[in-house]
Amino acid sequence: MAATSTAPSLPPALADAVRDDASLRRFLHGLPGVDQVGVEQRAAGLGTRSIKKAAKLWAIDTAISMVDLTTLEGADTHGKVRSLAAKARRPDPERPDVPKVAAVCVYPDMVATAVGELRGTGINVASVATAFPSGRSSLPVKLADTAFAVEAGASEIDMVIDRGAFLSGRYGQVFDEIVQVKHACGDAHLKVILETGELATYDNVRRASWLALLAGGDFIKTSTGKVTPAATLPVTHVMLQAVRDWHTQTGDLRGVKPAGGIRSTKDAIRYLVAVHEVAGPEWLTPDLFRFGASTLLNDLLMQRRTQLEGHYSGPDYVTVD
Amino acid sequence: MWEYAPAPESRDIANLKPDYRMFVDGQFVEGGGEPLKTINPGTEEVLAEVSTAAPADVDKAVKAARRAYDRVWGRMPGSERAKYIFRIARLVQERSRELAVLESLDNGKPIKESRDVDVPTAAAHFFYHAGWADKLGHAGYGPDPKPLGVAGQVIPWNFPLLMAAWKIAPALACGNTVVLKPAETTPLSALVLAEIIQQADLPPGVVNILPGAGDVGAAVVSHPDVDKVAFTGSTDVGKVIQRQLAGTGKKLTLELGGKAANIVFDDAPLDQAVEGIVNGIFFNQGHVCCAGSRLLVQESVAEELLEKLRVRVSTLRVGDPLDKNTDIGAINSREQLTRIEELTASGEAEGAQRWTSSCPLPDKGFYFAPTVFSNVSQAMRIAREEIFGPVLSVLTFRTPDEAVAKANNTPYGLSAGIWTEKGSRILWAAQKMRAGVVWANTFNRFDPTAPFGGYQESGFGREGGRTGLEAYLDV
Repeated sequence: MAATSTAPSLPPALADAVRDDASLRRFLHGLPGVDQVGVEQRAAGLGTRSIKKAAKLWAIDTAISMVDLTTLEGADTHGKVRSLAAKARRPDPERPDVPKVAAVCVYPDMVATAVGELRGTGINVASVATAFPSGRSSLPVKLADTAFAVEAGASEIDMVIDRGAFLSGRYGQVFDEIVQVKHACGDAHLKVILETGELATYDNVRRASWLALLAGGDFIKTSTGKVTPAATLPVTHVMLQAVRDWHTQTGDLRGVKPAGGIRSTKDAIRYLVAVHEVAGPEWLTPDLFRFGASTLLNDLLMQRRTQLEGHYSGPDYVTVD
Repeated sequence: MWEYAPAPESRDIANLKPDYRMFVDGQFVEGGGEPLKTINPGTEEVLAEVSTAAPADVDKAVKAARRAYDRVWGRMPGSERAKYIFRIARLVQERSRELAVLESLDNGKPIKESRDVDVPTAAAHFFYHAGWADKLGHAGYGPDPKPLGVAGQVIPWNFPLLMAAWKIAPALACGNTVVLKPAETTPLSALVLAEIIQQADLPPGVVNILPGAGDVGAAVVSHPDVDKVAFTGSTDVGKVIQRQLAGTGKKLTLELGGKAANIVFDDAPLDQAVEGIVNGIFFNQGHVCCAGSRLLVQESVAEELLEKLRVRVSTLRVGDPLDKNTDIGAINSREQLTRIEELTASGEAEGAQRWTSSCPLPDKGFYFAPTVFSNVSQAMRIAREEIFGPVLSVLTFRTPDEAVAKANNTPYGLSAGIWTEKGSRILWAAQKMRAGVVWANTFNRFDPTAPFGGYQESGFGREGGRTGLEAYLDV
């Protein structure tokens, strides 16, 4: 690995794992495998939990507070970002008691606009970086992309890993990139997007999760939302297990963010149940779990009203931004 | 902190009646035995009164079954029998919610299991065997295998409806008629199955269901006009039956106890192994004859695995069987609870290290918190005797040969589990295992196409699959 990369301080057992390319490979390939049938069965089983009444209302409010409200389109405009920021501040204008979302997630050139709109609200501005979504560029470009977003005021950076390098076994390269992007982030939190839809196996998801954690990622994130499949429950199970194991070994708490494809309250609650029972209750906070989503928020708002008012009012009663 | 609100299934769905009667010759009739009261082990309240069979009733039922066999069922073409069995399967599906709630009330198992496992698998057994009824000539037992006659069947309380399906479906498919005795503590779902059989318009006498205690079972299996006996239950009773039947010419299959080993090698997928261990011993409160009650884990991963296991077991929710979020329901009876308590006490007395989940337990009803014993040696009672409850004994091993030797070091031999990512090791270990069912990287999976049965004191004969047909054919 490049001598320039300053790896984060790790407990001795793990520090050894990142000493060089060969140790990193040995470590990642020495992780216990993930049995596909087993993890899918467990995810489906936990998916049958029945969350009702007060527990459901709590889950809806918690899920709202965990949303990274996202727009990542070529067609994004400053106006669109401004209205998204307004939605983030007051998700349901008629009900000021609805919690605000965790963050607004945009492309780097939109960060300044979002920061201006959200100053003083406590809502974070997240920006994708590192040649999102493909990650196909040179390291200097990726670092410049990151620096641009951070300088514009982003407090969270969602980077993509180089899946090509990962799949061809160049783990050291992926590690170094994450370390350097983390360095470029400064105080901004780093979410590492694994793009699990391209990693294809659960074993790879586990290895990539550990790789990102070792390199100092504050969050591991499933997907860009530009690749199918995006987030799935079993993949999120594997990642939640990784942060839990990380905590057991280091005492350090890292977060998980599924992104893409989570559109309904029912889905969101299934994810929260997984957070609760696979990682543990201490992960049920926006500091450690986020939903990357655009349409989920409105369904959460509609279901929240249904819970409180006793009837469903439909999509025309929530704002479309 | 996030507390799940209670999410109970409505008990009204069970259509519970104040009293139930036995089913003989197509009719629900009062039995001559002392009526029994069946209770809800989750609350200890009486659910219903059930009439039981007297010796004369057993005789009447066997005669009805014989008549039905001689006149109708035994000579009916398989394609016609299949129609009836398919009808039963569809009716079980149609009434699945009712059956699931009733099963959880009477047995104490969590509704998610009766809903997602017991009832669907029961329906699957009828569907599967209905398909065989007109294809018996292609099952490998000759061109036209004949039925045996009247089958006397005695089933246990751990899967009341599912065991009834396991017994009745192959018997009917092969052309036999049935006299079945459900367990004393769980007669209700079998009697609703009798309603379904009536609804499906089966000819009178083809299936007869006689609730009662062990004496009724003894009368059924020893009745001279019964041609075939199938028993699922304890090894002690199985031995009595085998002794009784010796020399009578009756065909016998026994599915008895077990003390299965779940072997975790150091290259296992650990998180899924933890799931499999949990499923293996805590599914159905551990009231499973093939439960993975002995965990054999390789020393190099033992500590890590046990830590993960304790964390996982702590998340298991014990309580109201009707709550959809309950993972472990009620122990079926006070008697069984006492036995579990006695055996766990012996484990502590013999020096094993006990860990019990700190989960809250309801005030009323029979409950036992999930328990894991570590530092267990082969000599301890908890490593040798079937506990039939949510209690796991953990032993360790250093080499694969030691694992196999310890796994096989039991008079039982019903099931085993092997956890490793190495395919060749799976095949090697499975061949060495003296157990009727070997699961690799999974546990407690049941399918009507897969034969199930044991070695040694776990019994003999197979149920399910093509192999299972043999028990009900004159071959």
